[in-house]
Amino acid sequence: MSTDLDKLIAEAKARAAGSTTLAALDEARVHYLGKKGIITLELQALGKLPASERAAAGQRINQAKQAVGEALDARKQALEQAGLAAKLAEESVDVTVAGRGQEPGGLHPSTRILERVQTLFERMGFRIESGPEIEDEFHNFDALNFKHDHPARAEMDTFYLKDRPFLLRTHTSPVQIRAMLKVGAPIRVIAAGRTYRHDYDVTHTPMFHQVEGLLVDEGVSMAHLRGTLTDFMQRFFEKDELRTRFRPSYFPFVEPGAEMDISCIFCGGEGCRVCKQTGWLEVLGCGMVHPNVLKACHIDPERYTGWAFGIGVERLGMLRYGIDDIRMNYDNDLRFLRQFR
Amino acid sequence: MKISVAWLKEFIAVEADAAELAERLSFAGIEVASVEPAVPAFQKVVVGKVVSVEPHPSADKLKVCKVDAGTGARLQIVCGAPNVRAGMKAPVILPGGQLPDGTAIKQTQLRGVDSSGMLCSARELKLSEEASGLMALPDDAPVGMDLREYLGGDDELIEIEITPNRGDCLGVLGVARELGALYDLPLKQDTVPAVPAAIKDSFPVQDQALAACPVYGSRIIRGLRSDAVTPLWMRERLRRAGLRLVHPVVDVTQYVMLELGQPMHAYDLKKIFGGITVRMAKQGESAKLLDGESHAFAGDMVLIADQGSILGLGGIMGGLESSVQVGTTDVLLEAAYFTPAAISGRPRRTGLMTDAGYRFERGVDPTGQARALERATELILKIAGGQAGPVSLQADPAKKAVSRPILLRRARLGALLGIEIGDKEVERILTRLGFEVKADKQGWNALAPAHRFDIEIEEDLIEEVGRIHGYEHIPPLQYPARHGMDRLPEAQVDLRRLRQVLVDRGYQEVVTYSFVDPKLQKWLYGASGLLLANPISAEMTEMRLGLWQGLLKALHYNLSRQQDRIRLFETGLRFTLQDDEIKQENVIAGLVSGPQYPLQWGEPQRAADFADQRGDVEALLALAGMNGALKAEKAAHPALHPGQAARLSFDGKELGWMGALHPGVAQALDLSQGAYLFELLLEPLLRGKTPAFEPISRFPSIRRDLALVVAEGVSAAALLAGAREAVGSLLQDIRIFDIYRGPGIDSGRKSVALGLILQDSSRTLTDEDADAAMARVADRLRRDLGATIRD
Repeated sequence: MSTDLDKLIAEAKARAAGSTTLAALDEARVHYLGKKGIITLELQALGKLPASERAAAGQRINQAKQAVGEALDARKQALEQAGLAAKLAEESVDVTVAGRGQEPGGLHPSTRILERVQTLFERMGFRIESGPEIEDEFHNFDALNFKHDHPARAEMDTFYLKDRPFLLRTHTSPVQIRAMLKVGAPIRVIAAGRTYRHDYDVTHTPMFHQVEGLLVDEGVSMAHLRGTLTDFMQRFFEKDELRTRFRPSYFPFVEPGAEMDISCIFCGGEGCRVCKQTGWLEVLGCGMVHPNVLKACHIDPERYTGWAFGIGVERLGMLRYGIDDIRMNYDNDLRFLRQFR
Repeated sequence: MKISVAWLKEFIAVEADAAELAERLSFAGIEVASVEPAVPAFQKVVVGKVVSVEPHPSADKLKVCKVDAGTGARLQIVCGAPNVRAGMKAPVILPGGQLPDGTAIKQTQLRGVDSSGMLCSARELKLSEEASGLMALPDDAPVGMDLREYLGGDDELIEIEITPNRGDCLGVLGVARELGALYDLPLKQDTVPAVPAAIKDSFPVQDQALAACPVYGSRIIRGLRSDAVTPLWMRERLRRAGLRLVHPVVDVTQYVMLELGQPMHAYDLKKIFGGITVRMAKQGESAKLLDGESHAFAGDMVLIADQGSILGLGGIMGGLESSVQVGTTDVLLEAAYFTPAAISGRPRRTGLMTDAGYRFERGVDPTGQARALERATELILKIAGGQAGPVSLQADPAKKAVSRPILLRRARLGALLGIEIGDKEVERILTRLGFEVKADKQGWNALAPAHRFDIEIEEDLIEEVGRIHGYEHIPPLQYPARHGMDRLPEAQVDLRRLRQVLVDRGYQEVVTYSFVDPKLQKWLYGASGLLLANPISAEMTEMRLGLWQGLLKALHYNLSRQQDRIRLFETGLRFTLQDDEIKQENVIAGLVSGPQYPLQWGEPQRAADFADQRGDVEALLALAGMNGALKAEKAAHPALHPGQAARLSFDGKELGWMGALHPGVAQALDLSQGAYLFELLLEPLLRGKTPAFEPISRFPSIRRDLALVVAEGVSAAALLAGAREAVGSLLQDIRIFDIYRGPGIDSGRKSVALGLILQDSSRTLTDEDADAAMARVADRLRRDLGATIRD
């Protein structure tokens, strides 16, 4: 009896190992452990043994049952794993193939610049304002202290509408006027948009973009203007070591007026081709809001002072992205535009 | 304007070199465009005398010249200049020399004839733009002398660009004054010695336009030598300033203008009659001016006339008839003050952009006329002899001493600039700038000098003090924020977000011109836009009625550059007239042309179509929470395909248009492939909704499908609306998931498959409920739209 059982175990193990499919393995399980299986029958036959032998024989048969069961289970697991591995191998893809679907487009470089400038000033509590592009003389010139027939007006190279008393705004400064007339003081606004001048050559397009900033409050000085613009330029160009300087200049709507230079972002002020060896780059015009402008907007210039600045967006694009021909901004060549995604 | 440093130093004893002066000026607000040597960098150029001129044996246009260049032996030089003649003096560049452009001159042969050096034109030496042959030098030029030395070439030129408020710096004197303030130095010549009258003659002047011309100064000089020539030093200074030589008297008036900033004019006394009248022009009067052209004048222009004719356009250009010519012996000099208001804009309108007009527009010193006449007289007598009459000055007595002292408060100065400046420094700066300064308990009272008519208010004085003291002293200070939290309307959709939706859906943003081609505009919109009075070109004359022209032009541009899959969008204003009111509306517009997706594996390429673009439009509407409410109606638009054009609206409000570009328009625009376009008003898209929670049904939903066959003309919107009404509140969602035409379906009809999701908020729906709802849908669509149910 004992030899039979050992032989049985060995035979069952061999049969489990030899089963290459789950179905064959199942057959083997039925053969040994099923209702009519050999080991099941052995167990049923225990009752026929003398009582003194039953316990020992039962123990041996149960050990055999367990050994066979384990062999079958192990083989089942192995077969399942192999099956899964084969399935996974079959499902493998070339991970180097490009993805499918729509490719994203991109923003125009001027929009990128404009949004960046607006966002930086928004974080300082400036509110975004906008205004019409077909403007009147009052908002574009008169309220901004441009005297009638003054060369400062003529130098603006203004586009006029035919037979109607309107013009295309030559700068974003009229938005200052509209905002101050609407909100009064104190005020801080940032305005960006299209502007137009009758000028078309290598360095000028008849349409371009400006960003305009205005702050009016009590106790505002030119030192605050320089501080804010220095911060802004450092943040915009992501250069904390960037320096600024003011040069006196003239814009009818500010007094005192200034142009601001930044230390050259390409050479750090050492002198290079871009800054023409000066170490400085011209970036914007600014100044303290002219009392006549405040008065035109019903703000008391004795109580309030303020400053304003205007930046050419394309100029910033030139410096930030290295666009060296301003006219490319309006050719809308996809090979150009895609570079600013 | 180019200012000679040597000339400046005649007015101020400043040590600094040109580079330093330029730096100081630019930090005082006088922008410097360039600093350059007065005589360009050429080498081995000497004064030569052409001794003989012979024809070249084998070239018609060349001559063989013998030239004395002071080098001993005569040089043989082959020359092609048309004006070369024996006896003339001209610059010679010797072998081994170099032209300013870097060209090295060598001993050479020209068409077989030896040539030792080159006779030069002014242009070759970069002394002038003129290239009309050799530069003729005066007969007394010493042969062999280095040309640079001869021309006084150590000088340097500072080219300044004056802002419109600083007309006072349009002369050497004005710039010297600025330097005086910057270097704290007095002017060397603050006045000009008067030239006493040798004769009593004066010419009657009647100023009938005192408002426009408050001061009219004149002086007669008789008996000029007709063989007088302008001396070299003066010629050189005029040349360096870019002015042409005309006649010694005219040259002097120009010279005085450069020096003092006061434009002058000289009349041939024998060609003017009776007396001078200064008056406003009558509309339509005309006269021939110095440019040789006849000009018509407007009523707001000042004329100078004599008893019979117009002598010139005051402050801008003199007349041809009365001008000084070779042989003129008696002249009347004019130095007048025309107000900026009387001149401004006229040079541009008449096309006469003269140096005089430029200065009067910006303003000249209203007290400087006598000084200019004295200076000019001094120079003319020195150069051409003659006898001067007395200076005659017609001045409007009411215009005298109008300028008032301006109060400059110490506290205001500090508050505006953000720095403290010592009292002594303030007083020094203003005094050097010519102000009369009196201390006041709050600060100072300052009276501006006559030439600083730009100074009107306290802030002007603050700028003067600030800029001379130096803006570099203004520190960058943090502005102490002093404001509450800004409003943030949640329902507001950010334009940046809208742009991003299109970018994410494959669109590239473009920026196109707001003024467009009127012909294309007519094709696209069947209408004309607002016209510009002064367009920059014929293709940019009208304000755009919409953004499609710009997008289509960008499409054309890129199609011609081997791009075939193009998706573009733009945001911006369109300009229309509604009830004769100009409307400026912000819109967002897009264009799609070519395949819907980039070339990729696993998806066959297919052209983008109406529904693709409608998906993009719906994505924009979804941001404002209104994609479900979009209403599209078939309608006609000149730019769009009649079968694929939709007028879009929302809640009864106009939203825009979308559709396929009309093939006729595509052909007219020479496009190699078609396009789909949309344009939507931005305003409704930016007005979104603040979300509000609605309870979610706890009961399961049931999906039912329905396939229908309907006539082609039955719209999806009609089917969906009918189904919605028929189901009622149980309907959670409804979609069309298939549209089929072809075998099995009669021509003129189409099969449409609807998918419905049904759900009740208070109970679980039964199959019977769903069957009943679907039966209602089928009945309704059969009855109203002639739909048949497809099995």
